[in-house]
Amino acid sequence: MAARTLFEKIWDSHLVATPAGRSPILYIDLHLVHEVTSPQAFDGLRATGRRVRQTARTVATVDHNVPTEPRGTPITDEIAARQIAALQANCEEFGVRLFDMDSPEQGIVHVIGPELGLTQPGMTIVCGDSHTSTHGAFGSLAFGIGTSEVEHVLATQCLAQQKPKTMKIDVRGRLPEGVTAKDLALGIIGQIGTDGAMGHVIEYAGEAVRGLSMEGRMTLCNMSIEAGARAGMVAPDETTFAYVRGRRFAPAEWEKAVSQWRDLPSDWDAAFDKVVEIDAAQLSPFVTWGTNPGMVAPVTGRVPDLSALRESERRAAELALQYMGLEPGKRIQEIGIDRVFIGSCTNSRIEDLRAAARVARGHRVASKVRALVVPGSQTVKRAAETEGLHQIFLDAGFEWRESGCSMCLGMNPDILQPGERCASTSNRNFEGRQGRGGRTHLVSPMMAAAAAIAGHFTDVREWKFR
Amino acid sequence: MKPFRIHHGRAAPLDRVNVDTDQIIPKQFLKRIEKTGFGQFLFYDWRFGADGKKTGQFVLDDPRYAGASVLVAGKNFGCGSSREHAVWALADFGFRAVISSSFADIFANNSTKNGFLTVRLSEEETAELMRRAREIDGHELTIDLEKCEVRDDRGFRAKFTIDEFVRHCLLNGLDDIGLTLQHEAEIAAYEAKHPAPAGIRG
Ligand code: SF4
Repeated sequence: MAARTLFEKIWDSHLVATPAGRSPILYIDLHLVHEVTSPQAFDGLRATGRRVRQTARTVATVDHNVPTEPRGTPITDEIAARQIAALQANCEEFGVRLFDMDSPEQGIVHVIGPELGLTQPGMTIVCGDSHTSTHGAFGSLAFGIGTSEVEHVLATQCLAQQKPKTMKIDVRGRLPEGVTAKDLALGIIGQIGTDGAMGHVIEYAGEAVRGLSMEGRMTLCNMSIEAGARAGMVAPDETTFAYVRGRRFAPAEWEKAVSQWRDLPSDWDAAFDKVVEIDAAQLSPFVTWGTNPGMVAPVTGRVPDLSALRESERRAAELALQYMGLEPGKRIQEIGIDRVFIGSCTNSRIEDLRAAARVARGHRVASKVRALVVPGSQTVKRAAETEGLHQIFLDAGFEWRESGCSMCLGMNPDILQPGERCASTSNRNFEGRQGRGGRTHLVSPMMAAAAAIAGHFTDVREWKFR
Repeated sequence: MKPFRIHHGRAAPLDRVNVDTDQIIPKQFLKRIEKTGFGQFLFYDWRFGADGKKTGQFVLDDPRYAGASVLVAGKNFGCGSSREHAVWALADFGFRAVISSSFADIFANNSTKNGFLTVRLSEEETAELMRRAREIDGHELTIDLEKCEVRDDRGFRAKFTIDEFVRHCLLNGLDDIGLTLQHEAEIAAYEAKHPAPAGIRG
């Protein structure tokens, strides 16, 4: 057989039908559901008298608009409460397993999938959420879909899909100390642009990627969508198997599963439609200065000078700086902040919290800064509390919250006020994303913690750890 | 789904690149559990001040573009979140199509499920339409999905390409789910070979 990429192997093995003149029909192994993009899909099923075809492949949770105050506090936002109630009723009616508000395993959908061992190599995984690309870290084909497609998958366990192109991002060398998976992701988007991978599925490869933990790989794949990619993936290896092993929904026939997973990586001579090379040694901690994740500078750098930009980029940069309240040429480390958010499906896992806590230990959050730590799931929260991370954060003056999406998109009460500037470990710095008029700078968890303490961005490579 | 064959309507220019779905429909409006009623919130943060009053500064509130049904926008339109609410909001506001030189994948996908057309033209063609929409009062465009062509009555004519199957569904207003279910036998055969894991079902 001709040499194939990881993506092509998964694609081929999930084709149910390839009707002439139509999009191929792909089988979906795992469908994750949350409260925001599903109510209209369940309505559609009801209207057409359809059922959920495979409740054994469908898992739901609430994350986007759950409050991060202590559980049991009533939800004051009536419409949010209605949406959460709608998911509860829909799961009940259609027999879908729900990890609800009060579940010890509730959390951000992209955090709990891997954590529960639901996410496995070789799978096709979809969710009505663009950051579904996160699950590609396991060597699965995982992508976000809209509500009509959610209904489609609920009803048929399949999707009609046009085949995307493939792109390999080869990260040569090792990441320098203090440079994390988040910085790698931002560095890539800064280089290829927010539409650089449009229409493609990215496979991340190379020494630096192999060297990442599963959590780092999830951070990297999570941000694929910000480069316009359909999905991002990393070939499964021993690191992957060790992570999945023993988790609640890991395969019962373990050895058999692993031996199949070993066949997944791209053949050495497989061809990609596009190849990009990144030199890991050139990367540094990054901070975004604009209103999309591609507007990024090294922490030691400056907000760009508009005259240095290409004509086509200048107008967008001008609008972005206006919105962000920044002058061209300003040093990144001179940008002061008001808020810090450590959380989101990009950076809310236990390793992220450990990294942030290591920076925060023995320091105090700057007096003018309000800083929030929101674990990605109840499981992460418990683990952090067992290790005493929460105490480090609390002693340093951070708030310690319940799990959810929180200030990543501000659908719950955690939002920025107009003009407030935030160092955030999330994935989108779009206008108003964290609250109308709010100004978001994307950074790694270590950089966010350091900024909280310094009151402005600072180079974590020079941090005094205590 | 409402079929899309030939649409004729007023064009409105949105001269911005990377218009993301957070701008198209901000998150505070995603909590509705219906598909309708999103149009009033379209581009909310650009159209309304912090006090909830219309600023009148946004292009769609310019009386010259009242009743526009074709949006002409910069590249990478619809990037960001997968929210289909973005398409529902555009459609509910009265748009039937967006013309741009590129679209984010999920947005383009969501559009087709709602009888809403994303038309990809070259950067030059898009820029030309942007110019005409700005300079010509009441400029109208015809989007012809039968011929895969955009034209006006002043000599503009451009071809676009679209996936054949997607076009077929749009032309005929076909329900995707029904089409997939025509393959019930193949789905069942696949499932017989790949049984669902035990343990997930509640
Ligand atoms: S954490 Fe943010 S990006 Fe992730 S699923 Fe929630 S809202 Fe989306």
